[in-house]
Amino acid sequence: MSLVRQDGESRVNLLRRFTRRPGRTAAEATALVVAAVVAFPLYWMVLSAFKPAGEIESSEPRPWTLAPTLDSFRRVFGQQDFGRYFLNSVVVAVAVVIASAFIAFLAATAVTRFRFRLRTTLLIMFLVAQMVPVEALTIPLFFVIRDLGQLNTLWSLILPHIAFSLPFAIWMLRGFVKGVPEALEEAAYMDGASRARFLWQILFPLVLPGLVATSVFSFISAWNDFLFAKSFIISDISRSTLPMALLVFYKPDDPDWGGVMAASTVMTIPVLIFFVLVQRRLVSGLGGAVKD
Amino acid sequence: MLGGLLAYPIYQLGLISVFHYTQAQVSGGEPTTFEGFGNYAELFGDGQFWEVLLATVVFAAACVVSTLAVGCALAVLLTRVRAVPRLALMLAALGAWATPAITGSTVWLFLFDADFGPVNRVLGLGDHSWTYGRFSAFFLVLLEVVWCSFPFVMVTVYAGIRAVPAEVLEAAALDGASQWRIWRSVLAPMLRPILVVVTIQSVIWDFKVFTQIYVMTGGGGIAGQNLVLNVYAYQKAFASSQYSLGAAIGVVMLLILLAVTLVYLRLLRRQGEEL
Repeated sequence: MSLVRQDGESRVNLLRRFTRRPGRTAAEATALVVAAVVAFPLYWMVLSAFKPAGEIESSEPRPWTLAPTLDSFRRVFGQQDFGRYFLNSVVVAVAVVIASAFIAFLAATAVTRFRFRLRTTLLIMFLVAQMVPVEALTIPLFFVIRDLGQLNTLWSLILPHIAFSLPFAIWMLRGFVKGVPEALEEAAYMDGASRARFLWQILFPLVLPGLVATSVFSFISAWNDFLFAKSFIISDISRSTLPMALLVFYKPDDPDWGGVMAASTVMTIPVLIFFVLVQRRLVSGLGGAVKD
Repeated sequence: MLGGLLAYPIYQLGLISVFHYTQAQVSGGEPTTFEGFGNYAELFGDGQFWEVLLATVVFAAACVVSTLAVGCALAVLLTRVRAVPRLALMLAALGAWATPAITGSTVWLFLFDADFGPVNRVLGLGDHSWTYGRFSAFFLVLLEVVWCSFPFVMVTVYAGIRAVPAEVLEAAALDGASQWRIWRSVLAPMLRPILVVVTIQSVIWDFKVFTQIYVMTGGGGIAGQNLVLNVYAYQKAFASSQYSLGAAIGVVMLLILLAVTLVYLRLLRRQGEEL
């Protein structure tokens, strides 16, 4: 703020510099308040998960607890097959992330680097595919999966999730592949690199931030889904996933809030860890994808 | 695979929607009969369908507008603060973003619970039930939707603003432009490609809201007062086994969103962007 003391400045400028300071304080205060409001539901979730039963169902809810307990978590983990649901969710999410990242990378390279007939049509189809309401497709998809004989298997979750996360992933990755100069590709071939070598050792590391950003989306959609799990896993509940386990505690008439909150916490933490790990790349990744 | 798992079901969806298809046909007890546009006629003749359609459009529009307003405002705010508040807001937003829709829905429901929720306590509303009234239930779902979808808008727009050269903003500020003026006349035009993307994505997502409504209003609210098209289709198809009616609703949704796609492509074209 040494500028304020500069003599050459016009009075108007001086005034503006002066008023900007309280402006920033207000902005920062607003940012902190908003952050607190946004984080509050998560705080309340974790807090309620640790509260003893009597405190959760009290008519005087307090924003702290003096007697934290693991009771609710015990109920969640003690639920029959809970570990299995967790494992199922992890298997589905990991399979979807890896498969869709792999396919999306190859497909995005193909649609940006090669010109072929129907290329534009294909691109528009990727866009249209994103618009399809997944819930409406559940009905015909149910018949497809039944005809494949895959009802009640994890494949009935993995395959549709890959199919539904691909269009968005390809669409986003396009921007990244586009950003890699073509001269680099030519130089690599000049130096005698094969096509596969260029793809995996040069292009792949360069578009990795983009892959991370798209993986976040496919991970979340696979991890969060309860529609497919509810519709395709109809009788064999040992193939069920976490969201289903959460719903067990939530009965509309008399929900077990402690159990719901503990299960929610357990379900949210892996996603949070995933997000914090990729946070930096995500911000730069999203910027890069949308810029093009 | 894309063809198999996306194109084929869409084709089947259209097919089912023109047949008479209920539980009896699924189990093979009765032959399927061709109905032409009978299902659509039944749908369009049903007063509830129009009511649900109207509710869906209004609700989605409210969600999109609030999400974009909150997201953009906070993105601008992020550029005006120092590192610590920025990190705090960023982390909180990422937390909200990372929260699965189903957990988010249950947590918000608990916050506004009539008996044990802290919100009623703080506002002194006694045991006022938020999910009982039609509008307050929609409002509650709207809050949750905005909460979990503004981070995408905020992070994307923030990344976009950071890519705008600082000199441009400084020049505008030196010319005496107000914050609002800078946003309207400098940032918004430069960010237009990004804004188009986030707007369209928000429209797609909010038009298709399912989990929040399904969980928070118990599958569509009292007497279906909080139904949106997506939940309506699901209820018709799976709860009352009228698969063909559900499929017809799905086709209607698809057509509406297709119209949105075309507007989107128009916008991209007008910007002279090649696909």
